[in-house]
Amino acid sequence: MSSSTEERRPEPIKAVPVRHYGRWIGGAVVLALAALAVRSIIVNPNFHWELVGPYLFDTRIANGLVTTLWLTVASMAIGIVGGVILAVMRLSPNPVLSGAAGVYIWLFRGTPLITQLIFWANLGALYPSFGLGIPFGPEFVTWHTTTTITVPVAALLGLGLNEAAYMAEIVRAGISSVDEGQTEAAGALGMTRGKTLRRIVLPQAMRVIIPPTGNQLISMLKTTSLVVVIGYTELTVVVQQIYAQNYRVIPLLIVAAIWYLVCTSVLTVFQSWIERKFSPSTVRTTGWASRMFGFRFGRPKERP
Amino acid sequence: MTAMVKAEGVCKRFGNLEVLKGIDLEVQPGEVTCIIGPSGSGKSTFLRCINHLEKVDAGRLSVDGELVGYRQKGDKLYELKENEVAHKRREIGMVFQRFNLFPHMTALENVIEAPIQVKGESKAAARELGTALLHQVGLGDKAKSYPRQLSGGQQQRVAIARALAMRPKLMLFDEPTSALDPELVGEVLGVMRQLAKDGMTMVVVTHEMEFAREVADSVVFMDGGVVVEAGNPEDVIRSPKHERTKAFLSRVLRKD
Repeated sequence: MSSSTEERRPEPIKAVPVRHYGRWIGGAVVLALAALAVRSIIVNPNFHWELVGPYLFDTRIANGLVTTLWLTVASMAIGIVGGVILAVMRLSPNPVLSGAAGVYIWLFRGTPLITQLIFWANLGALYPSFGLGIPFGPEFVTWHTTTTITVPVAALLGLGLNEAAYMAEIVRAGISSVDEGQTEAAGALGMTRGKTLRRIVLPQAMRVIIPPTGNQLISMLKTTSLVVVIGYTELTVVVQQIYAQNYRVIPLLIVAAIWYLVCTSVLTVFQSWIERKFSPSTVRTTGWASRMFGFRFGRPKERP
Repeated sequence: MTAMVKAEGVCKRFGNLEVLKGIDLEVQPGEVTCIIGPSGSGKSTFLRCINHLEKVDAGRLSVDGELVGYRQKGDKLYELKENEVAHKRREIGMVFQRFNLFPHMTALENVIEAPIQVKGESKAAARELGTALLHQVGLGDKAKSYPRQLSGGQQQRVAIARALAMRPKLMLFDEPTSALDPELVGEVLGVMRQLAKDGMTMVVVTHEMEFAREVADSVVFMDGGVVVEAGNPEDVIRSPKHERTKAFLSRVLRKD
């Protein structure tokens, strides 16, 4: 700006801002309701808060939590690796590979997870043994299905293979979101398809892949409780077993809920950390509260 | 001397649409050829055929004496495998209308990616070359910038440096200034002008008639999938013989 305009710079506007009375009333109503809810939670003796503390660190519950956690992590690992493979197959120019991936996704997304879990647990009824060998020829190693596919293995297979079908669609959406020009530019530089996928396409697809994957991960944390149908025990099942004996249903459910919330919170913060790592384009600094709950304090900042 | 690019009756169709209807063209080493023509004339498609981004349907297309996309054994043609095509593309640099820089990498990382990943050069050697190339295109101070932090003209210059990092014997430019704001066109053309002066063989699809007239050794006018007129720039641009060339040029030059 030149100095001549600076001398004649007009007065900054001082105006009475619009008063949002509706917002004030709405906020007051919500705060009042929240206060009532908190009060009743504290005052109502049926919550048995005195029992929550001791059970929170009960060994049985800790064991259940550990099972939940490893089952979540391992199933998601299978799901992500399987999902990437399926997505690449789905996008392959080979119609057989693409079709096979399509059928897999159709089958595993189209049947209930409970059905799949029970199926894996009862695989022995279908194939009493399986082995490695030459087709129609001799077999070198043989395993008994019932001793190999134990309950934890069946749980892992059921959750992981089902997850792979969902992850495949997420990864496929991510890969498709990357501009065609990126593949062309990499190809023009002499990069092979595989290298282009690894170095150029997937890193850019991550921005689209990570948020729904975080969703899947948090969802998996709780879906693991379905393994109760094949007789496996994790956090929710342990809690059920305990309150089946002592009838303290509510405090034990609170214990489980607290642990689920702790894990979800950790995962949420972890997710937003990864998201920022993969998108240097959106340089935003937000506090943990806004990341977890979407709280905004003060006025929304205008974009520069 | 073998021609750097030699096209004989090159045809290409997309479904029922015949985009190239028999292109004949020769580019000698060290020459700059500008391809001009209205949009939809097939000039970009032809350029993309040269490094096999599009497959040629009929005719022969060779780069430096070697067929593009095929190997000839006796009378038979064998399609090249994917990694063989990739190997041949190393020697042909390409610059796109929309830059197509890798947005998740800095300018320098964009430039050194292919030398490291494709040629297996050491990181140190690639960085040295990359830094030198960024200096050459006038962006020595932007090595650590991401593409989104650069202007269109700067991005396109990084893209040129990225293509040069593979030490190509042929550079293809697909409307390199068409996506740029008018005031940024000059800096990109400047880099290309210098490149031509240094003896790089270049095929440039462009609408910059001034650049074509000044830098090109030959100008090719394409329309409707055929080469209508070709020759030295003064002849084609100043005194076109063909009616279609005259009509096109009068439309384009009136804008200036």
